[in-house]
Amino acid sequence: MNARHESILNHAGSRWLWIALALSLVSLLAYALHSPAVPPNGGTWLGYTLGTIAGLLILWLMFFGIRKRSYSGTSNLRGWLSAHVYLGTALILIALLHAGFQVGWNLHTFFLVLMLLVIVSGFFGVYCYLRYPTLMTRNRESATRSAMLEEIGELDQNALALADGIDPKVHGIVLRSIQNTRLGGGVLAQLRARDDSDAALAGIRAALEAREKSQAAAGGAKSGQTIFAMVDFLASGTNDRQAEALRKLIDLLSRKKVLASRVARDIQYQALMEVWLYIHVPLSFATVAALFAHVVSVFFYW
Amino acid sequence: MSERFRIAIVGSGPGGLSAAARAAERGESHVLLEAEPHLSNTIYRYQKGKFVMDEPGILPLRSPVPFKAGSRESILGAWDEAAARLKINVRHGHEVSAIKKREDGSFELKCANGATIEAQFVVLGIGLQGNIRKLGVPGEDLPFVQYQLDDPDEYEGETIVVVGAGDAAIENAVALAKQNNVVIVNRRDEFARAKKGNEAAILKAIEDGAIECYYNAAPERVDALSVGRKKGRLILSTPNGKAQLLIDRVIGRLGATAPRSFVEACGVTFPSKDPAAVPAISPQYESNVKGLYIVGALGGYPLIKQAMNQGYEVVEYIRGERVEPADEPLLKAKLGAMPGFRSVDDTLARIQQNVRVLSHITPLQLREFMLDSDLRTPKPGDIVFRRNDYTNSFYSIVEGEVRIALDEDGKQFITLGRGEFFGEMGLISGRRRSATVTAGNGCVLIETPRRSMNRLINSVAAVKREIDEVFILRAIQSRFAPEATAAQLKDMVAGATLQKFAAGDILFNEGEVGDCLHLVRVGSLTISRNIAGKEVVLSYVPAGNYVGEMALLGESRRSATARAAIATETVRLDGESFKKLVNRMPVLKLRLQAEYRQRAASNLAMQALPAGGDIIQFLLAQGAGEATDILLIDESLCVRCDNCEKACAETHGGTSRLDREAGPTYASVHVPTSCRHCEHPHCMKDCPPDALRRAPNGEVYIADNCIGCGNCERNCPYGVIHMATKPPKKPGLLSWLLFGLGPGPGEAPYDAKKKSKEPKEKKAVKCDMCKDEKGGPACVRACPTGAAIRISPEEFPAYAQSRR
Repeated sequence: MNARHESILNHAGSRWLWIALALSLVSLLAYALHSPAVPPNGGTWLGYTLGTIAGLLILWLMFFGIRKRSYSGTSNLRGWLSAHVYLGTALILIALLHAGFQVGWNLHTFFLVLMLLVIVSGFFGVYCYLRYPTLMTRNRESATRSAMLEEIGELDQNALALADGIDPKVHGIVLRSIQNTRLGGGVLAQLRARDDSDAALAGIRAALEAREKSQAAAGGAKSGQTIFAMVDFLASGTNDRQAEALRKLIDLLSRKKVLASRVARDIQYQALMEVWLYIHVPLSFATVAALFAHVVSVFFYW
Repeated sequence: MSERFRIAIVGSGPGGLSAAARAAERGESHVLLEAEPHLSNTIYRYQKGKFVMDEPGILPLRSPVPFKAGSRESILGAWDEAAARLKINVRHGHEVSAIKKREDGSFELKCANGATIEAQFVVLGIGLQGNIRKLGVPGEDLPFVQYQLDDPDEYEGETIVVVGAGDAAIENAVALAKQNNVVIVNRRDEFARAKKGNEAAILKAIEDGAIECYYNAAPERVDALSVGRKKGRLILSTPNGKAQLLIDRVIGRLGATAPRSFVEACGVTFPSKDPAAVPAISPQYESNVKGLYIVGALGGYPLIKQAMNQGYEVVEYIRGERVEPADEPLLKAKLGAMPGFRSVDDTLARIQQNVRVLSHITPLQLREFMLDSDLRTPKPGDIVFRRNDYTNSFYSIVEGEVRIALDEDGKQFITLGRGEFFGEMGLISGRRRSATVTAGNGCVLIETPRRSMNRLINSVAAVKREIDEVFILRAIQSRFAPEATAAQLKDMVAGATLQKFAAGDILFNEGEVGDCLHLVRVGSLTISRNIAGKEVVLSYVPAGNYVGEMALLGESRRSATARAAIATETVRLDGESFKKLVNRMPVLKLRLQAEYRQRAASNLAMQALPAGGDIIQFLLAQGAGEATDILLIDESLCVRCDNCEKACAETHGGTSRLDREAGPTYASVHVPTSCRHCEHPHCMKDCPPDALRRAPNGEVYIADNCIGCGNCERNCPYGVIHMATKPPKKPGLLSWLLFGLGPGPGEAPYDAKKKSKEPKEKKAVKCDMCKDEKGGPACVRACPTGAAIRISPEEFPAYAQSRR
């Protein structure tokens, strides 16, 4: 086994890049040398050939979904993904050559647009795969997400116990801040990386607040607010022991805020690495449907 | 006034119970002495509903007491029923504290409760668990004082005092603290005895206030209370005076007294100080004390069925009957293949006569040894094992000869004849075979698995000595001077010593004057240099290689520091005699110089990128030094899709043996929680049915005869073994994909009846590196982005260099 990591782009000496380039080059050459009586389109022999290649390619690209989930066999999924990316990219050219660069307001162009959307969403996926893993590792600092969540839970408990001994008002503030901490949630909440869904919870009032704090950093408004309230309380002069406890409480809450933003960021990265699939995959099924419609209609009107 | 019996049986475990049952069946005068108020305490203390297996399947059961694989309850029920049916004379609450042999040859057994029993014969079946240490204070047997905890969730809202500071105490306390008010009492001022993880957990719980701890404290008295809400009161003596706690429950976890000292006090001798050593017993299970018999785990037979058979047989032997041992047909089947086979006893005697290393052991040990071993009769020219195979069995030559190839194409070879042995290098170093071995004429071999051989080495000092001597000679011969004869190397062998190093120990320091070289026999080393005040690792030296020759060849000072990466054993060769050998053999000098140049070049390359050394150091800090194959994930490529875990679950019955997320990361290199297939697997240490094996390609796997005892799970320091039940069958991929039937890829199978009470057979599962899959490890194959790879420690330097 090879003692080094290879990414999908340089898998096996970028073998699939060269294959995709060769395929594109051959198609281009054929297109350039081919001089049919009518303007180039899908109806010439070259058009049919390229169309068949493109159609088979689409089916093969779709097969990746099955291949990814079958775990026996001898081949490497990395090689399949590498081929999926490069050949999928080559598909743009082949499809355009097949159509002879003709577009119009019809089913065939709709099919083309669908296919291009799938490929472009795939490009975004590749971008995400190359960019976010490193950021995610850096953000986590060797902790697992569940460990961070556990620590947040503990910090909450400790903060509450501490606040209990200070003042009912402080206790109330801390309790509210704990209750209002929401990590994750719906797709949008995940992508926005808020560690505090106060806004989402408390309706219009919170929405207003969120707007007010819009310039505040991604780390949520409410936990920040708790700290401010605490500082106010500190300044307003209580006895020494309470002040000491309050200082500790502020430390705890700051630590929690750091952790909460980190978890939120972690969820955001994970969501970014997955969310494009929710476009890529359904659209690819639509593309296959359009492929059949395209083929049927072409032969029906023949 | 003491009672007299013919046979006194101590301990009502499988062995003792079976012996008592046979004695009762035969109408012998007997007594079964049991300390606890129930039979078979070891099995009684199993978790409720635990499935108990009846390995080895091939061995027939020979006992009046029934035993079939099943739940703990069904087995204990059947035994209780059998004890009543056969009218076994059992005395509960009789903990035997001393056994004395009297002058007339009979025994006097003193019990802790004051009773004295006289017997002509004693059968010791007390197992290895030992007696649980009680609190040792008044009130230690009150109903709310217990010494075991089955299910921590059973208790809620109670005030519970846990006494003890070991792993069991900590685990109980932490688990109970979830819904109870827990106090832990530690006799000392720290929890140093516990595992790291447990120590951290208890200290955190104490700091958080979840558990209250009394340090340097000891219980003084437990009283039952009849008034008030609490059941009892515990008086503690603490450094600040006495403390009184109102409590619902006391759980003592103070460990157990190992039975060895008791057995030794009875006059039985052990062959060595090694804790794994078992007392030597005759084929009739009689110890060196005449009339005192030993059966079951105490005698080295940890499986229930073996113990029960022995219990039966021992009574027959005492009655003077000749019984064919239960293993006789098995041995006959095994040894029948031997040319000129007449009878089992005759063949065993012949083996012992021919093979010197086996001549040191008792006939019973030999039977057991042969039961574990296999007889091989390869045809001339057949290959016994190949160089670089990962097998670790040991071979003794009963008849004929074998050839050991010294070079790749087998032109140069040495011949071993009758009575010699081979395969000891792989056994000792835990690494690949160092040479190919081919069978010669009339070859009859005994192949012994690693565990049986190690047990023999640990319990018979003469065997260990003999194997070590041969090992040193052969190691020198194969590594330095295949041309030299044993006589030529005599000086060097005589001057060689075995040295042990703990992980992190230094063999020699950079700049010291070198007077010796080390041949690594077990474990591995790192070579490092101090560069700009920082220790930079330059290379990794696995077992089978040598270090320290540079200082002997030219420079007189050590050019680098050698440090044990893990627990390591080396053969230390004296510098003077080595120099003499080099001067006598110019070939050797040339060869050493060539290797030296190669090493120096690669060291220089590593020195040029010190970050590479940091990666190696990080990996070694994760225990990768004892790995043979470790899964690494490049977190700059990993998209956290968990397809590796799904692939693992899919290829292994629905349970992933790998936890991708857990584990440390350094410079984007992530070491997930997954099996590293250690050189000397910790999991193999204590497996009653010897189910943990190593495949020829190095995969450590669990065979089907696993009895689900969980020892391997506890022994693995990396947490990669789990207990799991067999999952139901899953629908095919397409029916899931298209129709949404059943659980999807990598998802846990649906449980038909969520909480079916029937205990399920649980077995240990671990990574087997997909040894049965053609394409290799599924986790690596299924990684879409190439983030997961598996490498061996030898590849660390190359790997580190690839990651600049």
